[in-house]
This record gives sequence, structure tokens and C-alpha cells, in this order.
Amino acid sequence: MATIVAAPPYASTATESANTGLWSWLTTVDHKRIGVLYLITALVFFVIGGLEAFLIRAQLAVPNGQVLSADMYNQLFTMHGTTMVFLAIMPLSAAFFNFLIPLQIGARDVAFPRLNAFSYWVYLLGGIFITVPIFFSVAPDGGWFGYAPLSTKQFSPQINMDFWVLGLQILGISSLAAAFNFITTIINMRAPGMHLMRMPIFTWMSFVVQFLVALAFPVITVALVFLQFDRFFGTNFYAIGAGADPLLWQHLFWVFGHPEVYILILPAFGLVSEVLPTFSKKPLFGYPVMVYSGILIGFLGFGVWAHHMFSVGMGPIADAVFSLTTMLIAIPTGVKIFNWMATMWDGQLRFTVAMKFGIALVGMFTIGGISGVMHSSPPADLQQTDTYFIVAHFHYVLFGGSMFGLFAGLYYYFPKISGRFMSESLGNWHFWLSLIGMNLTFFPMHFSGLLGMPRRTYQYDAGQGIELFNMLSTVGTLVLMLGTLFGLINLWKSWKSGERASSNPWGAPTIEWAIPSPPPEHNFDELPKITSRYPLWDLKGTVIAKPTTVAEEAGFKQLTAKQLGIPMPNPSILPLITATGVIVMFSGMLFTDTNQKLAIAIMIGGAVWWIASLYSWLLTPLEDAH
Amino acid sequence: MTATTIPAAEHADAGHGHHYTTLGLDNRKIAIWTFIGSECMLFASLISTYLIYKGRSIKGPFPHEPWTDPVTNTVYPAILDIPVTSASTFVLLMSSFAMVLALAAVQNKELPKHTMGEKILGSSKLWLWVTCLMGTAFLGFQAFEFTAFIREGLTIRTNLFGSSFFTLTGFHGAHVAVGVCWLFSLLAIDYKRGLRPADATNVDIAALYWHFVDVIWIVIFTLVYLIK
Amino acid sequence: MALDHAAGAAGHADGHDHPTWSTYWKIAVILFVITAVEVSAFYIPAWETSWIYVPSMLTLSTIKFVLVVMYYMHLKYDHKLFRSLFTGPLIVAALTLVGLMFLFSKLSIRLGLLS
Repeated sequence: MATIVAAPPYASTATESANTGLWSWLTTVDHKRIGVLYLITALVFFVIGGLEAFLIRAQLAVPNGQVLSADMYNQLFTMHGTTMVFLAIMPLSAAFFNFLIPLQIGARDVAFPRLNAFSYWVYLLGGIFITVPIFFSVAPDGGWFGYAPLSTKQFSPQINMDFWVLGLQILGISSLAAAFNFITTIINMRAPGMHLMRMPIFTWMSFVVQFLVALAFPVITVALVFLQFDRFFGTNFYAIGAGADPLLWQHLFWVFGHPEVYILILPAFGLVSEVLPTFSKKPLFGYPVMVYSGILIGFLGFGVWAHHMFSVGMGPIADAVFSLTTMLIAIPTGVKIFNWMATMWDGQLRFTVAMKFGIALVGMFTIGGISGVMHSSPPADLQQTDTYFIVAHFHYVLFGGSMFGLFAGLYYYFPKISGRFMSESLGNWHFWLSLIGMNLTFFPMHFSGLLGMPRRTYQYDAGQGIELFNMLSTVGTLVLMLGTLFGLINLWKSWKSGERASSNPWGAPTIEWAIPSPPPEHNFDELPKITSRYPLWDLKGTVIAKPTTVAEEAGFKQLTAKQLGIPMPNPSILPLITATGVIVMFSGMLFTDTNQKLAIAIMIGGAVWWIASLYSWLLTPLEDAH
Repeated sequence: MTATTIPAAEHADAGHGHHYTTLGLDNRKIAIWTFIGSECMLFASLISTYLIYKGRSIKGPFPHEPWTDPVTNTVYPAILDIPVTSASTFVLLMSSFAMVLALAAVQNKELPKHTMGEKILGSSKLWLWVTCLMGTAFLGFQAFEFTAFIREGLTIRTNLFGSSFFTLTGFHGAHVAVGVCWLFSLLAIDYKRGLRPADATNVDIAALYWHFVDVIWIVIFTLVYLIK
Repeated sequence: MALDHAAGAAGHADGHDHPTWSTYWKIAVILFVITAVEVSAFYIPAWETSWIYVPSMLTLSTIKFVLVVMYYMHLKYDHKLFRSLFTGPLIVAALTLVGLMFLFSKLSIRLGLLS
């Protein structure tokens, strides 16, 4: 019966016989490797986005700063937002989706391994497409929300916004493909006995997120297509002179944009819901309520979008409705906060770095959540909208919430990903500097915002009482960068020479900890049979069987998939080739104004390229015939 | 021990069901339904925009009523051509009918067929051809419609109606075009090696996509063409 | 396959009671007739100008929509999972559309009627 209760005997050395080298990474369809690719790429973009933020803060450190030109400043805040949302936080979540979902549900891979690789390559190439222009000072400059008509040709005539319009469509393809893949995986690839209500919370929250992606991204795609048509073909969707409604973009954008907020936070919630029980030695408090509130957040997330637009004057009924739904959505979110606290209550807490980041999320997200509920009241929102108060709010939820949750997940799952621990001492520096730096950066923004400092402002005059707050924020950014540096050094050093970790080093309860660290290519020698929510624990949070140590595991030999006769998908370069064709096709669009023939030639060439590659992909079997 | 574990999966080609799945359903079918759900939002956004901009164009031509250009005094007739579009609507609806017959033919490929009727109904090639040709005919109607509108003075740039109309119906047309390519690919496979009941899921997901495109047209035809 | 039916409580997958040829052609006839009625309604001024026109058109196309989805997309016979995968997003899409119609004053609730 207890097939997976005892951490099975594996040596981590056997898996290293797997192919290495560049080609193996370009052709990989292994969800774990793709997860690692997502992780590294997203961290690179996170650093780029952080440096952009640093330049913004350098400009704002003192009144009438002269560090940047106004034009460059616009590009930086646009790219900071775009990078952090689409290229850092979402893909960091995707790294965990990829790595963890199949392990947590007891599957050998995702439902469509090559589609998964395709998602990653589209993300990577799309990320490069949208990031490179900043180095040539032609980056998008219309804000991450790209409000039309500001972003139309009339007001943004240069190529800058073209990169944004096309880049976000490219990234949307990646997210949508991943969403269909993960929904299918979670529905249909669960191990025997893994009922929906036995799924780990991270997988549950990811499940909700994939539906949000699948339903929200088509809307932004349509809005972007309109904008693209307006910019390139002279249509009138956002042309006010032709009778267009200036609110159309805003509505479409926020119909996408608000679910997007939950797309960014729910994976972090899921990770923290794995971390807190393990380090409290207690099952998660109120598991079903956590699941239902996650679903409710996802559903209500589609009914609150116009609270981003109270200041446009939608009238009392619309204001009241959206104010009400916004207040409602705070309830399931608050429920989660209380459940986490109840999980820790009376537990045997172990303050590892992962746990500290997890607890910090609970605290910091609560601050951001409370300032968020403040905006749900239209009269208060009118005072706060477009000020630094909003900036403070969403950085508390995105940095204090999403990023801290993702860091918690990184420290917690790093041993599973790499077979090595991350350093606790460097991790402590990372944590404390991040916590202090974050509060120092974003807390003063509440004050500068309420004193009337507008968002996205390039300069401000002295004597408005906001100099001190701005200086504090800039100093905080430096602390934050130092903290992140510690985190990156930790990651680098631990990857190379961290302390070896056994299969279940934390005494954790879920099945990903029942297989070796790092897991073999096929994850599970035998599909596990799941009989409870926490298969490795009893009801009180005690580990049922003593986890094996590194020394004990060293003697055991892990068989490969081939030896076990498990069919694994073949590596394939076609996802990368297809993704490249898609990018080429979109790139052709950039030349529409300058050289129409060239533009059409590139677009047709790219389309033929990816269609041919797609046919070849679909006609190649995933696995060898047996 | 044996009762609690699943033996290493039997070998099979991708997704043909020999790998363990939780619900015993085919992954591709779950994926296509998820995709269709996502497409609902895509078309909801497009249709919303069309409806929001309905009646807001500051100059013509208009969909349902004639318009006189105040500058040139040119009279533009009402743009939408209901008889032609009704015909294309019938064609698309009936292509769905042909599609279900094609799927049934593939599913029942190995049943014995005695009468002429059974042979006709059981010919997947025939019904795939009919579906493909009807889809192509729909695209032909649309090309005819678009060129006629352009000739009558309505382009995608002319006014809000032109922008939102061409984008909405163009998106739908692009979906039909993808569907036609998909069905022709299946037809090519049918000629090359014959579609067998084992291929039924491949045909089924194409069919689901095809019917969805049809269903979207049902909505567009009513909201755009029939309701003034 | 499908060793664990408990997990998919909905149980049996691909319905064995697929609709038959006679269902298919009957549906086709109904679709044809409804479309014919819709198009002719457009040309009957008494109908076209009356208040009943828009609701009747919406109802008729909803019937067509449901028929195609239930029978041709065989949702009626399939695993109930597919039904939720389709209706869930469809409801979100419909609510969003209706919400946008209200926000852009294409629809309105006349509070005066209530007082």
C-alpha cells in the first residue's frame, strides 16, 4: 500500500547520464528542463526590469532630476511595467507551472510536451523582441497599459509602440498555448486517486490561473489587433475624430487587465500554501475554503475591471456595481490570509528563508490588499487614482505578494529542481534586504501619492513636501537591488556547489517530494496511487516514514526511462523553428510604413516558415513507434 | 502493492489513449474545447466592439440605410446584402451537416456497407469534400461581399462601421479559412492512407472547430445582418 | 486506460449513444427552416418593425446555436466535462458582452419604471 509513503530509494547520479549540451536544451520537451529555462530567462528579465526601475528612481531622487531625458523616462517606465508583468512575474510563475504541475499531480509530463516547448520559445523570442529596442532608445513609451488613442499613430508616430503592440500579441500566443496545455494536463493527467480535492493547492491555483489566461488574453489580443490595424491600416477603432469612443481601449484593456492581476498573484498564493504547511508541520488550514476562494477570486476577477476607470465618469450605477464587486473580491482574498495565519497558529515553525518569504507575503500582501480595498470606493479612488499611492499599492501586492511568494517557492523547490540546497546565510541577506528595501521603497510612496504626486511624472518641483519620500524610495531601491544581488549570487553558487539535498529534505507532504532530487526524466517509476491530500504525512502533519538522507540515497541506483520501458517523448527542434517563424512573421509588420513590399515579403515568408514547420511537427509522432 | 500501482504505460502513439489518463478522455479533445472556450471571449470582444460602434459612424455608408454624402451629394445605398449573405449562411450551416456525416463515416469506416445509401453515407472522402467545398464557397461569398462593399465605397478605413465590420467578419473568415485548410489536410490523409476509426478523434476535433466557427456565424448573421 | 473511474466521477467517457443519421438530418432541416424564417422575417415589415422582432431573432438564433452545439458538437452525448469547459467561458463571455453594452449605454435599466 505504502508505495509512495516511504521516500523511495534513488541515487541522483543516474539521471546525469541524460543528454547535456546546447542542442539538448534547444530540443528539450521535458517539462522540468523547460521549467528551468523559464526560471533563468525570467530572472534575466527580472534583473533588466529592476535596472529600469533603478533608472526611474535615480531620475526621481531629487526634484527636477536630470539623469534621463523625458523621452527615455517614458520608455523606461513603460518597459519596467511591461517587463515585470509579462516577462518576469508571469514566466516565473510559468517556471513553477512547468516544473511542478506534472510532479504534483503524478504525471510523467504535460499533456502536449512539444507545445510546451513552443510556449517557452515564443516567450523567449517575444521577450527579446520587446526588450531589445530599449538599447536603441526606440522602446515602447506609452505605458504598460498602452492607452489608446495615446498609443495610436496620431500621438505615437514612431516605431516605439509598434514593438509593444506586436510584442504583446506574440507573448499572448505563448501564454494561451501554455494555458490550453496546463488545463488539459491538470484535468486529464492526474495520477490514479488524485481527485480534484486532493490536488496540492499550488496546482489548484495554477488551474484557476490557466482559465484566467485562456479567457483574458483573447480580449487584449482583440484590443491590440484594433490598435495594430489603426496604426498600420488606418482603421478608426480609436480615432476620436471618426466618432470612436475613447473608453473602448480602456474597457477592453481592463477586461483583460484585472484578471491579469490575479494571474500574477494566484501562483504565488499557491506556492505559499505549499511552503507554510511544511514549515509549520501542520496541514493547510481550511483546504476546501482555500480552493473555493481561489475559484471565486478567479470568477469575480472578471467582474471588477471598471474599478480601474472610476475617474472617467461612468455614472453612479456602473460605479456602484464595480465598487461592490471589488469589495466582494476582498472577501475570498482575506479568507486566504486568515487561513495562512491559522495554518501557522500553534505549528512547529521552522524559520527557513522560504518560510520567511512566505510569512512576508502574508504581511506585505495584506498591506497592499488593504490599500486596494481603499480604491474600491469611487470617491476615495478619485483622490488616489494616477498618484503614487496607486504605485505603492500595486508594488505591495506585486513585489510583496507575487515576488515574495515566488522567492519562497524558489527557496523551497530549489532542492527539488537542482538536488542542492540554496544557502540559508546568503538567503537571509537576500530576504532581509529585500524586505527592508521593499518597504523603504514603496511605503513612502503612499505619502507622496496622497500629497498629490502623479504617477509617471518625469520631474517634480521642490517645496511640495515630497522630496524626503522620493529620496527614501530611491535609497530603498538601492537596498532592494543589493538584496536581489544576494539572491542571484546565492542561486549561482548553490547551483554549482550547494549542499546536496535528499528527495524530501524539508519533510514535506506532497508527492513531488517522494521522487529523487532532481527527478529522473520520467518523474515516477510507477504512477503513484493517491489516497489522501498529503500522501507523505498523517493527519497531524507528521511525516509517515522518515525521509531518507543524502548518504542513504547515495547507494541506490535510479533506473532510466529506457531501462524501465517507459516511452518518453522524443526531443524536437520543431517547436523552436515554429516559434522563430511566428516571430519573423510579426517582425515583418514593423516595416509596413517604411517598405511595404519588404514587410509583406517578410510576413509571408514567416507565415510559410511556421506553417511548414507546424505541418512537419504534426506529422512527426511524439514518441517512437513501439 | 500491485493493486496500488499502474504498470509502466503501454506503448502507443501520442494521445491514442494507451497512456494513462485520469478521465479516459483524449487530451486533444479537452484542449480543443478549452481553445473553443477561449475563442468565445475573442469573438465576444469583437462582437461587443461592433455593437458599441453601431450607429456611431459620423459618415456613411451605413449597413441598413442609404446615405447621401453632404459634400458630393453622392448617394450610397445600404451596404449589407441580405440575400447574398443568407445564401452563404445556408451554405455554412449545411457544411456543418456534411461535417457530422464525415465524422460518422470515419467512425463507422469498418462497418459493412451493403446498400448504395450506406455506401454514400459511409464515404468520408465524399463528405469531407462537400464540407471543404462549402467552406470554400462561403469564403468565395465573403470575398464577393467584401469586394462589392469596397466598390460601393466602404473600406476598412471609411468609418467605424467599416472598421468594425471588416475586422469582425474578417476574423471569422480567417477562422473559416483555417478550418478549410485543416479539412483539406484531413482529406489528403484520407487519400494517402485512408482515415480509420482510430483517426476519429483527429476528425472530431476538426469537426468541433468547424461547428464552432459555424455557431459564431449564426450569432454574427443575426446581430450584424438581420437586426438593424 | 481509465483504470480509475473514481477520479472522473462523471464516469463514462465518449458516449456510446452517439446521435444517428436521422437525428443529423432532422437537425439540419430545423436549422434550415429557422434560418429561412429569420430571413423572411427581415422582409416582413409588420414583423421587422414590431418590438417583437429583436427578441424573436435572438431567440431563434439561440435555438440554432444550442442545436448545433448540443447535436453537431455532440455536447449532449459527451462527457459532462466538455459541457462545463464550454458553458463556463460562454457565460463569462456573455456577461462581459452584456456588461459592455450597459457601460456604453447600448442597454439601460430604466430606474423610473421601478418608482
